Amino acid sequence: MSGPLHKFDQPNSYIGRSVERPDASRLVEGEGCYVDDLQLPRMTHAAFVRSQYAHANIKSVNVDAARALAGVVAVFTAGEINAEVSPYVGTLTHLQGLRSPPQLPMADRVALWQGEPIVMVVAQSRAVAEDACEQVRVEYEPLDAMVSARQALDNDKARIHPELDSNTAWVKDVDAGDVSAAFSKSDVTVVERTFQFGRHTGVTVEPRSTVVEFNRSDNTLVFHYSGQAPHMMQAIIARHLDFPEENIRVIARDVGGSFGIKIHTYGDEIATAVAAKLLRRPVKFIADRLESFTTDIHARDHRIDGKIGIDREGKIVALEIDDLTGIGPYSMYPRTSAIECNQILNLTGAPYDIENYRARGTVVFQNKNMMCQYRAVGHPVAMAVCDSLLEEAASEIDMDVVEIRRRNLISDDAYPCTSASGMKFADLSHQKSLQRLVEMMRYDQLRKDQVELRKAGIYRGIGLVSMVEVTNPSPMFYGVGGAPISAQDGATVRLDAAGALHVSCSITESGQGTNTILAQIAAEVFGVDIKRVKVTTGDTAHVPYGGGTWASRGAGIGGESVLLASDALKSQVLEVAASILQTTPDTLQIERGVVVSSADGSEKISLDELGRIVYYRGNELPAGVNAELIATRHYKVSDFPFVFTNGAMAAQVEVDIETGFIKVLDFWVVEDCGRVINPKLVDEQIRGGVVQGIGGALYEECLYDDDGQYLNATMADYLVPMAGEMPDIHIEHVETPTSTSTLGAKGAGEAGTGGAPAAILNAVNDALRPLEASIFQMPMTPERVLNALRVS
Amino acid sequence: MAQTQDIELVVNGETIQASVPVRTNLVDFLRDHVGLTGSHVGCEQGVCGACTLEVDGVAVRGCLMLAVQANGSQVTTIEGVSAKLVGRQLQRAFVEHNALQCGFCTPGMIASSIEYIEQGGASDRAAIREHLSGNYCRCTGYQSIVDAVVSVIDKGAAA
Ligand code: FES
Ligand code: FES
Repeated sequence: MSGPLHKFDQPNSYIGRSVERPDASRLVEGEGCYVDDLQLPRMTHAAFVRSQYAHANIKSVNVDAARALAGVVAVFTAGEINAEVSPYVGTLTHLQGLRSPPQLPMADRVALWQGEPIVMVVAQSRAVAEDACEQVRVEYEPLDAMVSARQALDNDKARIHPELDSNTAWVKDVDAGDVSAAFSKSDVTVVERTFQFGRHTGVTVEPRSTVVEFNRSDNTLVFHYSGQAPHMMQAIIARHLDFPEENIRVIARDVGGSFGIKIHTYGDEIATAVAAKLLRRPVKFIADRLESFTTDIHARDHRIDGKIGIDREGKIVALEIDDLTGIGPYSMYPRTSAIECNQILNLTGAPYDIENYRARGTVVFQNKNMMCQYRAVGHPVAMAVCDSLLEEAASEIDMDVVEIRRRNLISDDAYPCTSASGMKFADLSHQKSLQRLVEMMRYDQLRKDQVELRKAGIYRGIGLVSMVEVTNPSPMFYGVGGAPISAQDGATVRLDAAGALHVSCSITESGQGTNTILAQIAAEVFGVDIKRVKVTTGDTAHVPYGGGTWASRGAGIGGESVLLASDALKSQVLEVAASILQTTPDTLQIERGVVVSSADGSEKISLDELGRIVYYRGNELPAGVNAELIATRHYKVSDFPFVFTNGAMAAQVEVDIETGFIKVLDFWVVEDCGRVINPKLVDEQIRGGVVQGIGGALYEECLYDDDGQYLNATMADYLVPMAGEMPDIHIEHVETPTSTSTLGAKGAGEAGTGGAPAAILNAVNDALRPLEASIFQMPMTPERVLNALRVS
Repeated sequence: MAQTQDIELVVNGETIQASVPVRTNLVDFLRDHVGLTGSHVGCEQGVCGACTLEVDGVAVRGCLMLAVQANGSQVTTIEGVSAKLVGRQLQRAFVEHNALQCGFCTPGMIASSIEYIEQGGASDRAAIREHLSGNYCRCTGYQSIVDAVVSVIDKGAAA
């Protein structure tokens, strides 16, 4: 490195400053460009006829009337689309034993979930395409639907895939230490609970949106993508539509929210690419809200038997979980649908010092929409199970919930260390974060108030969670298993003739502020005013190869690549400057766009003058000077499979025992995501995440009836958190930079969603405890709360 | 009934004449025919609020009103809100408070916030939250949006 990096901590550093987002000014003017905003010459619009049944043979399809309708450009049956696509399989070699049959974009002979596309109509407008869909006749032979995971597991005869010997997709066991012996010790209190987590979905306000252009002259395809991983999409289209990868350009402009929803292979989007190729004109497909609910991936849907043993001192002696989850008819390609279960097995109990841990995960197929990775994959389940068991156990032995955590959290000086499930931890601060949380929320005072209020018939509860979050994944996450998903990211930084900096990076922006933090890093490391940094992301034709933004990897991995590239460029620029000034590079520095003397700060040459010399008057450069004002660097995490962060959170709720309504009064977060690049952006990520987590805990659930019919596929029926129900959220930070990188940044995108449900669950049970009622099912709807009170 | 109908309306100060299919809703008309893509469509059912815009001084759901119903009206979309001081103040405050992430809900949020302020809404967090409860945002968690609206009211907005 050419510059002293401790300057990150100086007061004038761009790193650690709440710089405003340049993108935000554009978006408040209505000048964003989302996929549906594209209007291209000769563009057509797609709509799909989708299976009405969760499981049915498709006896016949008649598209004659649809084809005859004025304004219809083409009607494609499943067979016609599928013929253009090679099958894809949602397995990864490192998830040993995971199986999933080959999949194609549309259902030809049998439909396996309600919403699976059967016929594609392409027309001059979406309205006409929908008119034509109504003219399509599909004759179904309904079959028995395996809807619940339990039903699918137990019913060996009614198989979703006749070629498989059961409905089971994957089973994994973890067994560390001697769990049985630990549970059977005489001084051990054992607590067992069964937890149920409803199905959620992402509900991005912008639905899944795709426009595909095809140019026959040079066999190129442009995929306008509302998503997070352009290079992954490029590789998938190339592989399965048989294109040279370099002939595919994926462009993600503004993305109206993604949260993991828009990072998978959807049949309707692949069909859109096929249609563009067959029709040789642009095709637009924008999911409507019904399509979003029935086909955007779902997540959670776990049933877990949990068991914890603690000794008289409150020390955890053993933890055991058994997870059953249903993933729909296939494992989603290419990330697979076993990752959430795998994460739960990896992460349950991870904040605590536990020697004896046993876990089983069973993943089954069912006739429901597919499940896959959605924000905070597995975390809300893992954290809620362990921290609820812990608080239940604390109450059994009459110990305070803060005290029992103090006795069990891994101590801050114990790192690096490895958990019972094999997770490698470094640079965490559980104890310090808990202490900060207790002070911030004025825990002792809240407990006193709680007792007083109970006397007045007001049932308030306080719940905590200590959590870890998987961020900055290495190739061990997907790449090792054979998925076309890059774990490294790249950045190119170049200086133009006017002395401005241009950064292009393979991570993507969907509102987190990615482009802003990259500009902050480049401006700081290189030494220019941030206004002179222009950032490009989200276009495979213009950015280095890389993974994109998911699993909270943007700042930590993409940010580090920009840091390295900026530093390399700085070295080059200083060499050029030194040759012009006839001195040595180590006597020079770059500050605010000017090359200065490192001894006394006196100005030597401005970057715009240097740019003009290099680009316009190269003859003035001494012979042999290689003035390449551009540098590219790539970065991946190599010493650890993931870089973990930690946090501590707490909620205060009030339960109305007459109506079952839960009001979240307060929420507190202490987060340690390493070096904070932009405090405001990080805090807003966390707040948004907490609210998503509260949604999962209290309101959100994809409901199906016994026949696999989706019941609440509108935004009026699938409840999401709105402004009126949400509290203000207080956030503080502990900063333990990761030692895996120079920047020291870890991710923060999953924290709120991963931790909030556990805190809310604990708070509700804390409120209900004097009434001897309890609830272990999410979402905790008023009806379920009232049922819990009735049982007691 | 005729399939199309001629309409004339004023959008962000500009007179627009068009022949529109009678079934086209206002937000689709503005996006697809007028080229004002700032108003967004999230649900087409009047629930998410992303399509909220101003018609004759009232905040309406652009997906619940037909284009032909706006015949003769004055329409303001996000592209035109900066003509008003309160619009400019809110745009600035949204940026300052980072009251948007992906920005997809933002045009509707700003339209609803303008309505609240113009109706003389108080600088009261709970009341603002209540008023904005017809606008869904998946990214922000709402707090920063409330902060932005409060800051504009506290500074003394002028309509
Ligand atoms: S699109 Fe109009 S309210 Fe959602
Ligand atoms: S900013 Fe993304 S939905 Fe509100």
